Amino acid sequence: MTAATLPATGPVRALPSPLRLGLARTAHELRVFSRERDAVFFIFLYPILMLAIFATVFGKQDPFSGTGVDVTFPQYFLPGMIATGVMLSSFQSLAIFIAVERDEGVLKRLRGTPLPASSYFLGKVGQVLVTSLVQTGLLLVVAALMFHVPMPTDAGRWWTFAWVLVLGTAAGSVCGVAFSSVPRSGKSASAVVTPIVLVLQFISGVFFQFDQLPHWMQDVASLFPLKWMAQGMRSVFLPDAAVRFVEPSGSWQHGATAAILAAYLVVGLVLGARTFRWLRRDAG
Amino acid sequence: MNRTPRAVDVTGLHKRYGDKLAVDGLDLHVDEGEIVAVLGPNGAGKTTTVEVLEGYRHRDSGRVTVLGEDPQAAGRAWRARVGMVLQDVAVGSESTVEELVAHYALFYPAPRDPDEVIAAVGLQEKRKSRARHLSGGQRRRLDVALGVVGRPELLFLDEPTTGFDPEARHAFWELIAGLRADGTTILLTTHYLDEAEHLADRVVVVTGGHVVAEGSPASLGGAAAHRSRVRWLEDGEPREVSTDTPTRIVGDLAARFAALGHAEVPGLQVLRPSLEDVYLELVGTAGRSSTADLEEALR
Repeated sequence: MTAATLPATGPVRALPSPLRLGLARTAHELRVFSRERDAVFFIFLYPILMLAIFATVFGKQDPFSGTGVDVTFPQYFLPGMIATGVMLSSFQSLAIFIAVERDEGVLKRLRGTPLPASSYFLGKVGQVLVTSLVQTGLLLVVAALMFHVPMPTDAGRWWTFAWVLVLGTAAGSVCGVAFSSVPRSGKSASAVVTPIVLVLQFISGVFFQFDQLPHWMQDVASLFPLKWMAQGMRSVFLPDAAVRFVEPSGSWQHGATAAILAAYLVVGLVLGARTFRWLRRDAG
Repeated sequence: MNRTPRAVDVTGLHKRYGDKLAVDGLDLHVDEGEIVAVLGPNGAGKTTTVEVLEGYRHRDSGRVTVLGEDPQAAGRAWRARVGMVLQDVAVGSESTVEELVAHYALFYPAPRDPDEVIAAVGLQEKRKSRARHLSGGQRRRLDVALGVVGRPELLFLDEPTTGFDPEARHAFWELIAGLRADGTTILLTTHYLDEAEHLADRVVVVTGGHVVAEGSPASLGGAAAHRSRVRWLEDGEPREVSTDTPTRIVGDLAARFAALGHAEVPGLQVLRPSLEDVYLELVGTAGRSSTADLEEALR
């Protein structure tokens, strides 16, 4: 056996830095994610496929005809699909995968190594960031090339795009970590998380025009971040003249969007930090 | 850091789950470089004890020192010196063997060479296989690889060979012999008595959450437990004597039967207790567990 030929005590070296390990974890998480067929399809490709389907089916219609505002359906759907992608890549992905890793004991095993908790979470954040950036980029390319959605040309709109994307991803990630403690097992994780995400998509103006939903539904959706992310993204891709017809409030509400997403970020962070467990709930 | 020559030092450990007392005043020590096997039926408190030593569980009372530190307060530097092979713990199943071993090696300041570790556990053929395609025994060997790749000073093995075929177990024993030669201290729990006898310098028998016997595999249970039994037939009846001096008994018997005109003593047997006999006696007298547990323990 080869182990016998290896010296038991190596030279005394420092522990690897948490940042370096965080990057190594990011690479590892991305590799694993890319091999999970379910994840690639239902988290990464799903919004792109949905955009393609909805834009193809409704592409010829003019949702705001008679208002003097020129907005095509693909143009209206793109912001909602970007918001959906952010929520899937951050919230859904982490809520399911951390629940599975906890249930299978992957977390327990990692806890027994000198890997710092910060590196584990850096790896998750890195994986979420890369996934949602690539996903969003693909959505933009598909929308621009296949469905001729006009891309914003001024820096102000791209700035809005950037902060909504970053704040939304961060809020979705911490909420995903917190929510990963809710499913009772890894097997049930997908069944618990997916319907919540799906309902939010229906009531938050992703599949339907938000202004045409019943008022009570709009009010319920306003309690959750997806509606605000979608609205923030509409302010990037729709002309300002459309706001009177597109948003029930008649305003893009950037202040409220930032405040709600930040509130979810803080609450998710506190809840996540307090409820995160390396071991299964039934593990004593 | 308070360094003691004892790698593991436990006195008066108690751990309760709800109203069930899993560990009840357990004392245990492992010296540096020693290999200690903890034997006991299911539910004896072996895994709970090991998980307290690994820092996974908080004890209710007792004093616990592992490599000079209290495991429930120890940090990264301590975990870099300790290897753990746990029960019921998966790895990311979409990663390959070599990816996982190389990835885990990154966590440690002075890891072993991942390729050599994969070879040492006999998974060279499977290095490109994803973890979910491995058999139960192969997955267990991957567990062991991940447990030793950090070059631990102290290695915990919780039932490491469960699900191994005999060949894989012998290969595993060789691996442990290699680690022993490197000076690695090892605490293992096992259901297999031959494994304890083969690997361990010292065996500790645990039932009902505390130690009922300890010693080298040969001396376990004290002299009384190792008395030989001499059996023979006389007047058509089986006779049996328990003795420390079987040779003298046999000599006396031979002389007596020779005097009666018999060249042979009918049905003569000299039985030396195996570790299994000693273990069964210890576990049996120290608060009997259910038969099912024992059968499970002796699989």
